[in-house]
Amino acid sequence: MTAPVGPFAQSALHVAGPQAAHIERLWWLMFGVSAAVYALVMAALLIAILRRRRAAVEPEPRPDPAREQGLGRVVWAATGLTALTLFLLIAASYLTDKGLDALAHDEEVSIEVTGQQWWWKVRYHGAPESRGFDTANEIHIPVGATVKLTLKSTDVIHSLWVPALHGKQDLIPGQDNVLYLRADRPGIYRGQCAEFCGFQHAKMALEVVAESREDFARWREAQLAPAPQPADAVQARGMAVFLSGPCVMCHRIAGTDAGGVTGPDLTHVASRRTLAAGEIPNNRGHLAAWIADPQGIKPGNHMPASNLDPADVRALVAYLESLR
Amino acid sequence: MHARPLILCGLIALAAAGCRREEREHSARPIGEQGPGKVVLSELFPGGSPPPGGSHRRYEENAYHMNEGKRLYSWFNCVGCHAHGGGGIGPPLMDERWIYGGQPENIYASIVEGRPNGMPSFRGKIPDQQVWQLVAYVRSLSGQAPKDAAPSRDDHLSAKPSEQQTPAQPPRNSALPTASERRE
Repeated sequence: MTAPVGPFAQSALHVAGPQAAHIERLWWLMFGVSAAVYALVMAALLIAILRRRRAAVEPEPRPDPAREQGLGRVVWAATGLTALTLFLLIAASYLTDKGLDALAHDEEVSIEVTGQQWWWKVRYHGAPESRGFDTANEIHIPVGATVKLTLKSTDVIHSLWVPALHGKQDLIPGQDNVLYLRADRPGIYRGQCAEFCGFQHAKMALEVVAESREDFARWREAQLAPAPQPADAVQARGMAVFLSGPCVMCHRIAGTDAGGVTGPDLTHVASRRTLAAGEIPNNRGHLAAWIADPQGIKPGNHMPASNLDPADVRALVAYLESLR
Repeated sequence: MHARPLILCGLIALAAAGCRREEREHSARPIGEQGPGKVVLSELFPGGSPPPGGSHRRYEENAYHMNEGKRLYSWFNCVGCHAHGGGGIGPPLMDERWIYGGQPENIYASIVEGRPNGMPSFRGKIPDQQVWQLVAYVRSLSGQAPKDAAPSRDDHLSAKPSEQQTPAQPPRNSALPTASERRE
């Protein structure tokens, strides 16, 4: 089992991979330098404020040439120090970029992530390709393995940002961007779209589940299997509702006639932790609410409401819940 | 000197009139609430003028609906048979010939009820609003939608001009193509 989601699941300061560690070091360096500069500036300001003012009537004393020269030297020294600090930060930023790219490109797992308004389509490539499969909004990776993410988009520019593992990378229509990453400790790390992409940009999240190699292999095998057959009459009715209703226009369930590809693949929807791109937990109540009124939960998303009979909704939910 | 405020007011009024073009509705009626009663299947009317109605033109005047229609046209695989208007397995949609009528209500009926020789019925599969969005887009393929709302570009390379640039083809009722016409 993987660790539960902690309060720092989406934090650049609680890192889980080598690249995020580079970024974290740079962050602390920038923070330290900025804090020191801020403290110095504030101290200088305070001195200037608190120094006893000369009485207004007292005539301005003649400037002392030695003192003027000393002040000039201080200004020059401060300018030099500022330039030096900025060059230091440039060098640190350059080294961080080099560090991000240093991860060897010998990926163990290759995943294609396609950004869509407003969810993430995730395709695992297999060797042979028939051992590939689709899922959505949840990326599983083995701990310690290099993972290659190929980033695509079908509509507008999105950006993938899982702070605990890596920096941001854009998903651009018509272009493949590549991101290599590695998780060094198991856990669930939250990610978020980091490029404004429309109405529900704020509700376009995903989770990266880093687990042991054995758990990952087990998960992968389970995802490869076609959807289980309905186990009882209620689930069978749910399946009939799914196949005869509007669901098939957009969703796919491997092993059935439902082959829509514009919405998330639902073959193993019950195995996922969240629904609607990280917006709601995946349980019976939320699933039913999502089917009944998706526009109430995420206004503007592309899933329309459907006018199903309550008994049909119950059956549909029972069927979808059986798709583990 | 007095002309300037007047011109400004005129410009503001013009800009405000254009706002409907971008209006978006997100909570449409759910799938399954489709009324067949509203649909007129014939273009012949006693007295020569169509019955009142025609509120569905508003979908054609709205760039958002039009664009959604274009998206749905490929999502729901209309392209599979009608291509991008040129036709293939199904009849072309960018010419002036309409076998089952080219009015919005006729196209709505074709989508919801289906037609002989292969057009499936999408009743109960697509919400009403999305059907109307598709209708608006289908009409723009033959240049019948207002130019200010029709899509002006494609996301991909396209062999034909955009819907906005398509010259209007006055709709003409047509019989099913004969075998010899099909061979052409």
